[in-house]
Amino acid sequence: MAKQVRAVVISGNGTNCEREVANACRLAGADVVDIVHVAELLSGRARLDDYHFLNLAGGFLDGDDLGSAKAGANRLSHAAVKNSEETLSDQLHRFIADGKLIMGVCNGFQLMTKMGLLPALGGDYKRQSATLTFNDGGRFEDRWCYLKVDQESPCVFTHGLAGLYLPVRHGEGKFVVENDSVLQEIEAKHLAVVKYSDSEYNSPVMEYPLNPNGSVAAIAGVCDETGRLFGLMPHPEAYIHRTHHPRWTREPELPEEGMGLFLYNNAVSYIRKELL
Amino acid sequence: MAWRIVVGLKDNVRDARGERVRREIREHLGIDLQSVRTIDVYTVDAQLSDEEVAAAAAGPFSDPIIQDYAINQPLAHNFDVLVEVGYRPGVTDNVGRTAREAIQYQTGRSFASDEGVYTSVQYLLSGKISTDDAERIARDFLGNGLIQRWDIIARAGFDSNKGVPVTVPKVTSTVKPAIRPVDLEISDEDLMEISRQGMLALNLEEMKAIQSYYRQDEVIASRKEVGLGAMPTDVELEALAQTWSEHCKHKIFAARIEYEDDQGQQEVINSLFKSCIMQVTADVRKAKGKDDICLSVFKDNAGVIKFNDDWSLVYKVETHNSPSALDPYGGALTGIVGCNRDPFGTGMGARLMFNTDVFCFASPFYDKPLPPRLLHPRRIFEGVVEGVEHGGNKSGIPTVNGSLVFDERFAGKPLVYCGTGAIMPRVLNGQPGHEKEAKVGDRIVMAGGRVGKDGIHGATFSSEELHEGSPVTAVQIGDPITQRRMFDFLIIARDRGLYNAITDNGAGGLSSSVGEMAEFTNGFEMHLDRAPLKYAGLQPWEILISEAQERMTMAVPPEKLAEFSALAEEMGVEIADLGEFTDSGYFHCLYNGETASYLPMEFIHNGVPQMVLQARWTPPVHQEPVFSLPLDMNATLRQMLGRLDICSKESVVRRYDHEVQGGSVIKPLVGVTNDGPSDAAVVRPLFDSFEGVVVAHGICPSYSDIDTYHMMANAIDEGLRNYVAVGGNINHVAGLDNFCWCDPVASEKTPDGEYKAAQLVRANKALYDYCLAFGVPLISGKDSMKNDYMIGGTKISIPPTVLFSVIGKIENLRKAVTMDAKAPGDLVYLLGQTRDELGGSEYYAMHDQIGCNVPHVDASSAMQRYRTVNAAQDEGLLASCHDLSDGGLAVSLAETAFAGGFGMDIDLNKVLVDAAMREDKLLYSESASRLLVTVKPASQERFETLFAGQPFACIGQVSSDEYLHVAGLQGEALIHSTIDDLKEAWQSPLREM
Repeated sequence: MAKQVRAVVISGNGTNCEREVANACRLAGADVVDIVHVAELLSGRARLDDYHFLNLAGGFLDGDDLGSAKAGANRLSHAAVKNSEETLSDQLHRFIADGKLIMGVCNGFQLMTKMGLLPALGGDYKRQSATLTFNDGGRFEDRWCYLKVDQESPCVFTHGLAGLYLPVRHGEGKFVVENDSVLQEIEAKHLAVVKYSDSEYNSPVMEYPLNPNGSVAAIAGVCDETGRLFGLMPHPEAYIHRTHHPRWTREPELPEEGMGLFLYNNAVSYIRKELL
Repeated sequence: MAWRIVVGLKDNVRDARGERVRREIREHLGIDLQSVRTIDVYTVDAQLSDEEVAAAAAGPFSDPIIQDYAINQPLAHNFDVLVEVGYRPGVTDNVGRTAREAIQYQTGRSFASDEGVYTSVQYLLSGKISTDDAERIARDFLGNGLIQRWDIIARAGFDSNKGVPVTVPKVTSTVKPAIRPVDLEISDEDLMEISRQGMLALNLEEMKAIQSYYRQDEVIASRKEVGLGAMPTDVELEALAQTWSEHCKHKIFAARIEYEDDQGQQEVINSLFKSCIMQVTADVRKAKGKDDICLSVFKDNAGVIKFNDDWSLVYKVETHNSPSALDPYGGALTGIVGCNRDPFGTGMGARLMFNTDVFCFASPFYDKPLPPRLLHPRRIFEGVVEGVEHGGNKSGIPTVNGSLVFDERFAGKPLVYCGTGAIMPRVLNGQPGHEKEAKVGDRIVMAGGRVGKDGIHGATFSSEELHEGSPVTAVQIGDPITQRRMFDFLIIARDRGLYNAITDNGAGGLSSSVGEMAEFTNGFEMHLDRAPLKYAGLQPWEILISEAQERMTMAVPPEKLAEFSALAEEMGVEIADLGEFTDSGYFHCLYNGETASYLPMEFIHNGVPQMVLQARWTPPVHQEPVFSLPLDMNATLRQMLGRLDICSKESVVRRYDHEVQGGSVIKPLVGVTNDGPSDAAVVRPLFDSFEGVVVAHGICPSYSDIDTYHMMANAIDEGLRNYVAVGGNINHVAGLDNFCWCDPVASEKTPDGEYKAAQLVRANKALYDYCLAFGVPLISGKDSMKNDYMIGGTKISIPPTVLFSVIGKIENLRKAVTMDAKAPGDLVYLLGQTRDELGGSEYYAMHDQIGCNVPHVDASSAMQRYRTVNAAQDEGLLASCHDLSDGGLAVSLAETAFAGGFGMDIDLNKVLVDAAMREDKLLYSESASRLLVTVKPASQERFETLFAGQPFACIGQVSSDEYLHVAGLQGEALIHSTIDDLKEAWQSPLREM
């Protein structure tokens, strides 16, 4: 492979945000950004091995009909790649073992969590220990949220950030863990990368609407212990330009680049430094 | 054999869905339950092993962190009454479809055609519940008898070992499909009986036109050649009824209308559609010359205008009123995903970019007895909002603009307007993207969902005639995921040039889509037996006119069929080759090789006799009301802000994803705390350009009670001033007219038909006059003409309503302006003159009055103002800009202030008037074409220079305190309220919806 940062965004079966995620990757300087329909991966024409940065974008995989991303997780785990011995899941686990980056946003985060890719305590990427379920309010909501970043987190995407302001757009965003010890371990290892917070990014908040869904410990996103796999409910690709900000017409000091772009910038820098 | 898999939340997990159901049962039915918990049920009817079923239950069907499951035994415990709600046979079950696919992925085997997974939901109700209450909860809230069935089991009657018995809602049918001849050589009464019985909705004149067609010798001879007798087949009669229906042929808009106005002036109008709608577009285009923006108008599924040199914009707005009245959720869901197919099926196909929705309901707090068969407005509100939410969000299309309008008469029929905008390349594979042409020899290919009895004969069916196993036909439920897969596939097929033409299957199904596309070649030959079916037992005519959703029809050149088909298979989309386009001149359908229809294209498309309507305009008589000036104008303002037409719709807006696709620039909610009411949406469709699409609308049915001419004029003006407020270029904008009327055909049932027809004429006259004056071409539209409720002696007719939607452009979206006040010290200007025009206003409505001084629109003055506003925006002179509509100046001031988080000092003496007026009239007049803007003091001089010579006035200043302070005509403190109090009054009414 030439010295190119190669990013892929999977589309199909209800993924909706593939175009704007691909755009964010491009703006962050990825040299190759492909939107690949899952059918192309299953046909064997496209392979995850050819990329460094896998994006699982927001949407409603299979309509979230069996619970958010459940049917999608089932497909990735079982669907065979044509003319090969592998399933897509085999390619995915090789991708992780190769030290590459995965970011799941919203439905992508739900997918990663339900497949066991996050938080993957102890490096076990096949055992589910947390989930995302219905917002306490029982409804889908589109709302901008303040996120306090855990600066001690190993997450490579949030490196150098203290806070983020991004929109959530989900009905099933409440982060729930299997038991208290899972939560303790997530906290102890600083895997709860982003938490819903007050507007000054001072402390996590449990109250609606700052915490839009009632997530345990106000968790909005988590990473694995390597920091290379990251999932979050808020949409970083929805704030990559100042005109995305809900108050850009009244806050002239907002920079041209939106906050969400930093996550993609960090991913691309990491790949240049560590993987090329 | 069938298994029942039940999946429930673990006891320590909060059941947010159950809590919401409990809350809503209290709101809707006034029954206060202790708790509601929910359990999902999957009935798996397929050849599987116990292990395979267990793997499905443990895998895709349940979440081990929060859920437990059981197979063939219950999870339900600790309840007083259990209600299980499932679908009737044949109703689209999206979750069941996904569950079936999940098992197929797990086992690697496909289900047989008669195997399936069926879903239902158990509601475990705790509390004191009488049998009557349980029945009400099931019937009036949890279930909808048209599409669902339910079991109610009290705790005492519940078998804790076996649970609820297995029910498999499979469609069963012993019907043998056949083509049947229909004898039309019968009396007039019998002809009408055929029309009524068969739900053909054809009138006697139309039935007789069909009768005489079949009497012609040459017709009989040509039918003989294809093996048909002299009598029409049922397939032919159904195809004619579909094509000639009001829905497809717009017979009222095409009618010859003999109109007489109140001065006794008589006039004959030959088609309102041609003489008003098409004519004004032609006249505007001619006047604009090289600046004409239209590319494709009135000939395709949606209208197309230029965006820039490389891209075109496509826009269509639909209504889905009757289905939403019967099943609010399914009707509205189908409305939006159905509307999506129109722009997608325009030209060679377009990428969907945004949705809009406008709903007209009766108050959700309606507390009077409802006539039979009407659903409570609150239930309609809930269901419609959720249907559009699922349809839009799941399809990945942002809902960027909308409205909620309330009037008691919408209890009789809610109006559900759904719009979809899209973008397409100006040139595709060397051809204009907005054009298409099926060619002789092209294959007729259907893609997407399968054909069922869905939507046959629309909403006229009666549920009593159904037997247990018969599928429900009237109500359809959209399936956004099947449609999304189809769109993903078709956009690739489009870019690879794999088809010559595309259209959607909506009303009239294949009959309409193939019949219309075949006008390119003048004929087709289609094999109805080749259409994939959801279940066996469909008659050939049912296949032809089924409105089963998620289907598109393409004309695929034979040499590209293999590639088209391979791509479809790889992307998991089902397609079927149904036949070919010919130049035979005939609408030729076959079933198992036998001719089922053989009708000349000319007769089916142009054979319908023109309707003749009488219209007589007698202006209604209203008085201007007399009441004293309210003593407490603060209370009056709060009361106005809390009116349903004015108050915040945030609870609804937040349920729609308005940002997906990454192009959201001006959102529906703006201001310092992201909750002020935006005038219009700005969307950035291209990541590499700062050109923006601007979307807005106007709707004001309350003025129809005085004169529909001014209702129409105001709707157009409202749409344009909202559009201009955010920065939309007034020279680059197109309109869409969506008429929703009550039946205007005079009859025994409609004794005031001549008046209603005159109302229609007057609205169309205004449409012509004002679109011409504003230079706005109409590019698409729709009419829905029978929005009446009539059962027994009760008739409810909606107020005549036109939604005027606009789409256009802002050259540089970084210059867009929002409505919130930006900084203390900014000057507040009112653009336009305020007159004594409160007829049909919110203020009069609050006093239960109509009045007669309906606002008149002065288009030339408005046009000059809008152009100057554009110039001021371009120079960056406007800090904020907000339109004045329902509730006039006072409401606009309050909204601008609290959205910005600043107070204002306003002097009513400064407001520009044509004659002295009482203070409440100054505050609440709804005179048209007015805008409230704030301007930085540094820009004052330039701003005033730009507007010199036009009616405008500086009426005050944005203040640094939290008071909206309005000084009255004597300088007294007329209004002195904190913006928090005003905002609370504005936010509270629908906050909990």
